[in-house]
Amino acid sequence: MKKQLITCAMAAAMASTATAAFAQTLAQVEERGYIQCGVTEGVAGFSFPDENNNWSGLEVDFCRAMAAAIFDDPDAVRYTPLNTNVRFETLSNGNIDVLSRTTTWTMTRDTDLGLTFAGTMFYDGQGFIVPEGTVESALDLSGAAVCVQSGTTTELNMADYFAANDLDGSNFVVYVTRDEVTQAYLDGRCDAYTTDASGLAADRTQFPDPSAHVILPEIISKEPLGPVVRSGDTQWFNIAKWTYYALINAEELGVTSENVDDMLGSENPSIRRLLGVEGDFGTPLGISSDWGYRIIKHVGNYGELYERHVGPNTALGLERGLNALWTDGGLMYGMPIR
Amino acid sequence: MTDLSFVRGEIVGQRPAPRRSTGAVAWMKNNLFSSVGNTIMTVASVLFVLWLIPPLYNFLIGDAVFTDPEGLRGQACRIEGVGACWVFIRARFGFFMYGFYPDSEIWRVNLMFAIGIVLIIPLLVPKMPFVRTAAVLFFVVYPVVAYFLMAGGIFGLRQVPTGQWGGLTLTLIISLIGIILSMPIGILLALGRQSRLPIIKACCVGFIELWRAVPLITVLFMAAVMFPLFMPRGVSPDTLLRAIIGIVLFESAYMAEVVRGGLQAMPRGQYEASAALGLNKVKTMGLIILPQALKHVIPGIVNTFIALFKDTSLVSIIGIFELLNTVRAAGSDVNWSSPTHAVTGYIFAAFVFWIFCFGMSRYSIYMEGRLHTGHKR
Repeated sequence: MKKQLITCAMAAAMASTATAAFAQTLAQVEERGYIQCGVTEGVAGFSFPDENNNWSGLEVDFCRAMAAAIFDDPDAVRYTPLNTNVRFETLSNGNIDVLSRTTTWTMTRDTDLGLTFAGTMFYDGQGFIVPEGTVESALDLSGAAVCVQSGTTTELNMADYFAANDLDGSNFVVYVTRDEVTQAYLDGRCDAYTTDASGLAADRTQFPDPSAHVILPEIISKEPLGPVVRSGDTQWFNIAKWTYYALINAEELGVTSENVDDMLGSENPSIRRLLGVEGDFGTPLGISSDWGYRIIKHVGNYGELYERHVGPNTALGLERGLNALWTDGGLMYGMPIR
Repeated sequence: MTDLSFVRGEIVGQRPAPRRSTGAVAWMKNNLFSSVGNTIMTVASVLFVLWLIPPLYNFLIGDAVFTDPEGLRGQACRIEGVGACWVFIRARFGFFMYGFYPDSEIWRVNLMFAIGIVLIIPLLVPKMPFVRTAAVLFFVVYPVVAYFLMAGGIFGLRQVPTGQWGGLTLTLIISLIGIILSMPIGILLALGRQSRLPIIKACCVGFIELWRAVPLITVLFMAAVMFPLFMPRGVSPDTLLRAIIGIVLFESAYMAEVVRGGLQAMPRGQYEASAALGLNKVKTMGLIILPQALKHVIPGIVNTFIALFKDTSLVSIIGIFELLNTVRAAGSDVNWSSPTHAVTGYIFAAFVFWIFCFGMSRYSIYMEGRLHTGHKR
């Protein structure tokens, strides 16, 4: 925690000097010919090198979408893998233009570090995994031996959740490392274990029989993961933000990478505006007016990205849940392009 | 008087040594069961090996998955009681070797290493011809050729930014540059530290004490993250270059202290004898002192080299994809996920590191043997 504080303080100190210097990100990016995108060093489904050694994943596709919007070329991205300790500093010092790296949107990060979150690509949160057929809901876990990593917010969240729902939390089993927790669960020493849902899904792919384990539907904490840009460059922030909204609006309007060419002739004014057929929504962002079309054509809409990288048909097998469109009871809500 | 019947006329033939002192039984008795303590140690060691070998064998070979006839990827290693998932290593071997380097350009990396090996052989093997030519080529021409082979951008070679370099290639590049540069800088620092000129001495002492006192992680962090903030906007040297410079400076401080140890072992008489021969200071150092001093500290130097080679894995914290990082990242591909693929990756990485470190260690022992001139105990 202390280390984090120091890191934060350093980033904040840097940010205050850096903000003014980086006002023209778009101009720099266009001159350079590619976006510099900060990603993880390998997190299943979010950003990892695939079998052809290309970066792939939900958050990688966000950078590809930005590149498509600006250059009409989703491959105009160079990836910088970053670990948690250096991610904000690397964004502040200008070595990357956008950080799309399983970063939780919190107030401190949004306000204190000179950085701004552009949206939420994935609503993650703490969940529980249990052997198939034991319990259906986290509310049935009263008195269960739940394994958890010690000294983490995960542990505190779970204690809070059990207390708030009047469950018996006296049988928690605490381990120091994540691997120990997983092993204890597989050895049958606990009935369930808990960490972020995306982490549970990634762990599950390594189990001898992944299909014998289910992630319970309850998500008990807020971990909104989203792309981050530097504060102080409104234009660049807007490009990131509206790239994000375009992905969601496209899904809502039923525009996919396959039918986008047909949709150019659509009568629906929302689709026409999204694809740049009607009105000029490129000039305010400083990019071509068909930026929406380019994103959908090259990368796809949010639903496609989700299905491609983390959805039920992938190895991760995560249900849409909170990440469904608002019309389907989720939280994904794209501001209207008008 | 001549009847000394107790004097033998002929020599008694040699008899074999007592059975109790030769043969396998005696060897075992002498070496394995010579005392109660040794007997206990022997039995315990045998039990330990017996306890260790079968599961190790089963994991690494017996239950391991070597081939994947059906192309099942992660599924291939998802069987009951599976051992090492070698098929994962086979599938991602190219990534571990070359990182993100484009497939079509990999011949350039191979060519670079081939040239390097051809040039370095005369330098490492004694009594080879063309040593001087090879030395000039290796230390002066080769770095330039190697850089342009890797980075491209001239003679129609496609440009490959350093962000795409990776894997074992990058580990070797970083450690070779580190080893080759830290040695001369270290020697200069060590000599500077012994200098009678106060400013030179102070600078060298200051440099060594500063760089030796900070952890390598801090150096890398400063180089990767903080350094760009001190530079004017737009001027941002390559991350890899910054990391390599950091490593070279850090290791040369260590090297300087190793060399200083050798210098201090030289008796004063050597300097005086050299002076008596009429050699000037440079010649004294180059011909008399340094050759002896360096020979004394070969173990220390190689120790530093090996440490440096292993320390290169620390650059992974600033997002440089050396061998260990490629192994870790490839393991996060869910298509390959299985109970053992990650462990197998780490075993592979450990094995590769071990091969190189063991090679350096054996070569150093060979050099010590070759150079020993009467100091050996």
